[in-house]
Amino acid sequence: MSSAVTKSGSVGKSGLCRRIIPCHDVANGRTVKGIKFTEIRDAGDPLELALIYEEQGADELVFLDITASHEERKTTVDLVKRVAAKLSIPFTVGGGISTLQDALALLQAGADKVSVNTSAVLRPELISEIAGTCGSQCCVLAIDARKAVDETRNSASGNDGDAGRDVGTGIRDGHTGIRDGHASIRDEQNNAVNGDIKWDVLTHGGRKNTGLSALEWGKKAVALGAGEILLTSWDQDGTRSGFDLELCRAFSDALSVPIIASGGARDADSFIDVFIQGKADAALAATIFHDSIWSIDKLKELIHQAGIRVRLC
Amino acid sequence: MTQTHDRKTDLETNAETGDSGNTATGSVELVDVGGGNIGSVMRFLERMAISYRHVQSPDQLTGKSPLILPGVGNFGAVMQHLRKNGLADPVIQSVQKGTPFLGVCVGMQILFEGSEESPNEPGLGLLKGNVVKFTHGKVPQIGWNLITPQPSVRAIYPDQEYVYFVNSYFPRPADQEVVSFTAEYFETFCAAVRVDNITAFQFHPEKSAKAGERLLTRWLKEVGVLS
Repeated sequence: MSSAVTKSGSVGKSGLCRRIIPCHDVANGRTVKGIKFTEIRDAGDPLELALIYEEQGADELVFLDITASHEERKTTVDLVKRVAAKLSIPFTVGGGISTLQDALALLQAGADKVSVNTSAVLRPELISEIAGTCGSQCCVLAIDARKAVDETRNSASGNDGDAGRDVGTGIRDGHTGIRDGHASIRDEQNNAVNGDIKWDVLTHGGRKNTGLSALEWGKKAVALGAGEILLTSWDQDGTRSGFDLELCRAFSDALSVPIIASGGARDADSFIDVFIQGKADAALAATIFHDSIWSIDKLKELIHQAGIRVRLC
Repeated sequence: MTQTHDRKTDLETNAETGDSGNTATGSVELVDVGGGNIGSVMRFLERMAISYRHVQSPDQLTGKSPLILPGVGNFGAVMQHLRKNGLADPVIQSVQKGTPFLGVCVGMQILFEGSEESPNEPGLGLLKGNVVKFTHGKVPQIGWNLITPQPSVRAIYPDQEYVYFVNSYFPRPADQEVVSFTAEYFETFCAAVRVDNITAFQFHPEKSAKAGERLLTRWLKEVGVLS
């Protein structure tokens, strides 16, 4: 396993590996598959799959409870206990966490980190509550980001009074008043789009576009104590056509915390691209693993051969 | 092995066989550091079928079993918790008397005299040196990094291993001889120490898959908890 030692260069003087993270969408205690939460099919027992992925060399796991209602949360807590009793790598649990108590229940059941999404957009203090109580290292902010279709995107709600308002001071569903001068990168290379790219924050499993700048929200969340960003490209999610490299790179350049890229995983090249061009610290995928299109060890071997430091088992 | 093993809060010294196939022949005392952060070490011990006493007050600390001090979070908060609950001095005394000690993450950092994270909260001072913050790269460091055994431990830990780190700070021992493993995060840093009855890891062996299990199993065997 020490063969990776001399494979430096790609990460400079750091021995830290890029992480590969299989993600489970969980409903009623089962891992399910579906594109953008539709056509959901059973994919197996989360614990059995988790142990297979661990054996293959997964660096962490993520479990997202996609149907989390109040009753179902109990099922999730039970699942977290079962997983924690057997798994020897870190795992994150998300979905339906709207209070510090929700987060604590999952962390105490054995989750290493929790991820928050819609609830944190609605009430950003949730991030500082979790980070302040349990530490930033266990508070992951999940952002579902969608490329803004139009520079003049915010005409619908007529809320001029809120324009330019700070993300942390209050967000309503459908609020589209935030104009951001900073949520853009200039892509110096290999991109035909020679202008500013912006991304909106989606909430409620992608059903609502808040109109908020994803990048500004990310910065705000880090200031509040988020220790990692799980960044899903809504445009790429479920397409199996590669990660959104510009999105990931914009976040990685702007934020001081690790970025987990999600949405669009296709093959080893797509991971190599998101690690090098997208500067992602970690990359997450679901379908390619659940459908056994790629095994993690094979994937990591190819990433390793490209000169990127990964943990080989 | 597929047996499940419920959490034990009382000391039980029955021999059982855990997931690893090793047999538990002793128990450990797990010092509470506040913040609900000792769960992952508890579950590791449960996977190994090792019983433990969850030490929350000085009377629960017998010093007759090896001590484990885990910890995630803030240096000052952990030290305040230990002092407030009257555990700091008993831990120091136990270690000075020779009780085997294992520190994990912040449980390693507080062995030293102080930390940049909490300048007004002294550490246990069992080792000379201070805890400092990373100056480059994304902080915290999160993920798997390669640890390299130092000459003093190569006979017992010959291999480099990838292990899981979550840390913004790391200790800088005054005495380099105590460093057992180093790692690189835009600078070479102390990833583990080993001196006399003290072993400590900056990373999380309990979350480091088989590599972590090997390191922990070796320590547990050394201190007579596993055979």
